[in-house]
Amino acid sequence: MSAVAVRAPQRSNALARAWAFLRHHVLTGYAILAFAYLMLPIGVVIAFSFNHPRGRFNYVWDGFTWNNWRYWDGVPGLRGALVLSIEIGVLASLIATALGTLIALALVRYRFRGRGATNIFIFLPLSTPEIVLGASLLTLFGNRAVANILPLGFATILIAHVMFCISFAVVTVKARLIGFDRHLEEAAMDLGANEWATFTKVTLPLIAPAILASMLLCFAVSVDDFVVTYFNAGPRVTFPIFVWNSARVGAPPQVNVIGSVIFIVAVTGMVANIVWQIRRQRSATA
Amino acid sequence: MGFLHRHRGLTPYLLLAPGLVYLTFFFAVPLGFLVHQSLESGNFDIGYSFTWAWGNYSAAIRGYGAQFARSFEYAGIATVLALLFSYPLAYWIAFRGGRWRNLFLLFIVAPFFVTYLIRTLAWETILADQGPVVRILRDVGILGSGGRLLATSVAVVAGLTYNFLPFMALPLYVSLEQMDGRLIEAAQDLYASRWRAFLRVTLPLSLPGVVAGTLLTFIPAAGDFINAQLLGSPGQHMIGNVIQSKFLELIDYPAAASMSFVLMATILLAVALYARAVGTEKLTG
Repeated sequence: MSAVAVRAPQRSNALARAWAFLRHHVLTGYAILAFAYLMLPIGVVIAFSFNHPRGRFNYVWDGFTWNNWRYWDGVPGLRGALVLSIEIGVLASLIATALGTLIALALVRYRFRGRGATNIFIFLPLSTPEIVLGASLLTLFGNRAVANILPLGFATILIAHVMFCISFAVVTVKARLIGFDRHLEEAAMDLGANEWATFTKVTLPLIAPAILASMLLCFAVSVDDFVVTYFNAGPRVTFPIFVWNSARVGAPPQVNVIGSVIFIVAVTGMVANIVWQIRRQRSATA
Repeated sequence: MGFLHRHRGLTPYLLLAPGLVYLTFFFAVPLGFLVHQSLESGNFDIGYSFTWAWGNYSAAIRGYGAQFARSFEYAGIATVLALLFSYPLAYWIAFRGGRWRNLFLLFIVAPFFVTYLIRTLAWETILADQGPVVRILRDVGILGSGGRLLATSVAVVAGLTYNFLPFMALPLYVSLEQMDGRLIEAAQDLYASRWRAFLRVTLPLSLPGVVAGTLLTFIPAAGDFINAQLLGSPGQHMIGNVIQSKFLELIDYPAAASMSFVLMATILLAVALYARAVGTEKLTG
């Protein structure tokens, strides 16, 4: 007797079907509410970027204005903080991805002594609370001898960001390398390419998407980081530190403008990427 | 290249060296400095000296036991809430999302492209005394006429829950999405009700995602100080707030260092106990 024949009489009455339909849509309804909850604060951020606050505090809706967008640069210190965050983000993502890619290559390609320990060591910064990462770096940089050579500032922020980005880079690149067809490299070697030529002409182009993904992830993590930066920035002010400092006296609506712009740029890029993938899949199956 | 050919065994170590040396210098060594500092005595003006000052630890635990306990309590509640919120959502995306699954995943991740602090400030606006949430809660009588949400533990836990949701939802989604749908069909063919099939097949198979998600949420939540600072009052301060102010405002490095170390050790211990309870094979997938 087939499974279908056994199941059919079990759920044939209309009541059960109505219940199944309802349950199906209960979950869908929940998903819609859940997405609304996730987006709620973002809606608030974007809405209040058009607010015209009467006092210093941008918490109550006082009227619509374009001025925060038109004069986004009107708050002293905001542009400098943004530029610093972008500079650090670009440099940290480049350095961390370079170091992380090499580690990922070693971990995926080779069997060697200490491989398990290395895997755990790479994972540790990810599982340490940020405040401990920030505090321990400060005890290093705050040490008198170290502080004489390396005072808190641009360099210490960069060092800290590269540190916590390396693990993200390793994880991202490793995921891509695991599904990598090594026959392609062997073919190149058989055709007379040396190791370096094989690496630059075959390996690197194939893992380029993972390298790009790693740089984007590191950039996003770096630009968003507050805790570790706050401990090790000294007098320098990144964008999150600017937000923190201004939150105490009332954050200006221009902060919401920048937040909205970052959100819109990131989401547009990701949606475009997903739509492109779906199109490609569809044309591949058609 | 000749050197590398003769010493092929060296290649992985050469690839690892730059990154591992970097992490040693700027991750491992600083942790050593932290431990060293936690055993020093003195103050910022006269300087610190290493005296095996174990008293820092007992003082940290005695003086700030409430903040330690609160950190783990808030982080624990936020983790459970995030799990209850994320599981049905991840389930829906994995099994009902169809071709647009990646787009739905984007909806989970997208809010987190708005800077952490700005997101938390948005919650401050939403939960504010003049805001709609407080007004509705007052109207239906859950809050008294002077009742408020800001500066209460409700607001802090709400902020913690929201801020770490992707860390919960994404591992859950990955473990559900990888699942072989035929196993669930098989359970139903064998007369398991949908609910029983879920409890006996789907849920156990998604446990690695649950474990990863709870750890990834709990660890950052326990060390957080931003939510307590922006959404709470000193009555809701967590250990992160104490460490932050001791380090950066009071410049009491040894006390702050010993607290950081206690925080890290407690989290590691909690993780180890948790891993033991659920089984380590589930931790590594």
